[in-house]
Amino acid sequence: MTTKFTPDHEYIRVEGATGVVGITNYAQEALGDIVFVELPSVGKVLKKGDEAAVVESVKAASEIYAPVSGTVTEINEALSGEPGLVNQDPTAGGWIYKIAIADAGELDGLLDDAGYADLTK
Amino acid sequence: MAQTSAEDLKITPLFDQHVAAGGRMVPFGGYNLPVQYPSGIMTEHKWTREQAGLFDVSHMGPSFLALTQPSGDAEADHAAIAAIIEPLISGDIAALKPGQIRYTLLLNETGGVIDDLMVARTTTPGTLYIVVNAGTKEGDFARIAAAAGDKAKLTRADDGALLALQGPEAVGVLSAMIPGVVELGFMQFGTFEWSGETLTIARAGYTGEDGFEILSSAATAPTLWAALLSDPRVKPVGLGARDSLRLEAGLPLYGHDLNETTSPIEADLGFAVSKRRREAADFPGASRILAERENGPARKRVGLIVEGAPAREGAEILDEAGAVIGVVTSGGFAPSLGKAIALGFVPPTHTAIGTKLAVSVRGRAQSAEVVATPFVPHRYFRKSS
Repeated sequence: MTTKFTPDHEYIRVEGATGVVGITNYAQEALGDIVFVELPSVGKVLKKGDEAAVVESVKAASEIYAPVSGTVTEINEALSGEPGLVNQDPTAGGWIYKIAIADAGELDGLLDDAGYADLTK
Repeated sequence: MAQTSAEDLKITPLFDQHVAAGGRMVPFGGYNLPVQYPSGIMTEHKWTREQAGLFDVSHMGPSFLALTQPSGDAEADHAAIAAIIEPLISGDIAALKPGQIRYTLLLNETGGVIDDLMVARTTTPGTLYIVVNAGTKEGDFARIAAAAGDKAKLTRADDGALLALQGPEAVGVLSAMIPGVVELGFMQFGTFEWSGETLTIARAGYTGEDGFEILSSAATAPTLWAALLSDPRVKPVGLGARDSLRLEAGLPLYGHDLNETTSPIEADLGFAVSKRRREAADFPGASRILAERENGPARKRVGLIVEGAPAREGAEILDEAGAVIGVVTSGGFAPSLGKAIALGFVPPTHTAIGTKLAVSVRGRAQSAEVVATPFVPHRYFRKSS
């Protein structure tokens, strides 16, 4: 299982032909307490870089972009009632949506663990 | 995103304390100030509502306006200094007793608000204590100094520190250090000796809670900050929670809910136009303000509870038919309520409590309802006197 990262602090965990997308621990710390998550609708077709979701902290709204192109297959409904999951556990319970990856080749353009660690150090 | 370089920013006498406490420093009003500490805005907000939050508000503009040649007759000197400031503002300053603070408005000739500020009468004859907002202080001070001419001298005190201790435990904490502060009621102030320094302490604030604002010298500020924080009931609180607390308290923020086009009546601050001043119609913009008071303004500030995502400043307010009727001027998440709230301006036809409206967030209409403000009840300590 591979996880890739964008310079905008989204992660995509690749599980076969599907990617699980959320924001990194670094991003949730920077944003502070998340109070609302606007989820995409299932079936939405996204191009790499499209706005896919919005996370709102007490202070501000931040857009979450699609790390790769594809179709939204599932959303994390738990975030509607408990947006703070993004803070508590951004990579497990705080995932935002799943995407059917249209072009696996786009993953190659993303950062790997070392690259992302380098960006945020 | 526009960035102000760190070199352009001023720091307060408590900068090192903020950094040591892990404060996330951001530019605000020309100063480098903590938006939050590691515990986060939500925790800091709730702590202030339940215990006591300590804020560095040294970016604000405390000052003293004193007659250059006081006669020594306290009442005559007060009348003389009141007569200098009153032509600029909406409040009755002449009627203040020593130690009393008034929230008032600096107005332009068209009745717009140049700033909202506190004016207080000290126990020194012919001297006022005035606190203005950070973002407007240069203009405010120039305006006041010009009005004073050679009759009075304005002395800035914004080279020192202004600390705010806010919350239900604030009085317990501060009175353990300075017993005399229990004598102050809401909107009263005095001077108190502490650790060899005279502090100016006001029972006032910007959170809706009981609390104090303490003016100290820059040299004493770190010791005072540390002494307050040594009480387990006190935690430092940043600008993020300061904003969410004042929003829940329904208090307008200058530059957002108020600006030079907003009249006091539109902003629902009619109480700040004192009765004597109204009757004399002797303040800037009196014709507009009195006409609006009589016939109603074109728009009025309301509080909204918003369903779903927070509606931020600039979000359009829609009526039930979907027509744009107004704009949100402050909005965010209310930690005490667990929902989104906003302040905004709408026509007087849509200000009744319970009116169903909508706000446009990212192009989608979300339900909103006009509610009474404050959103969270004020808990000021009022003395009956």
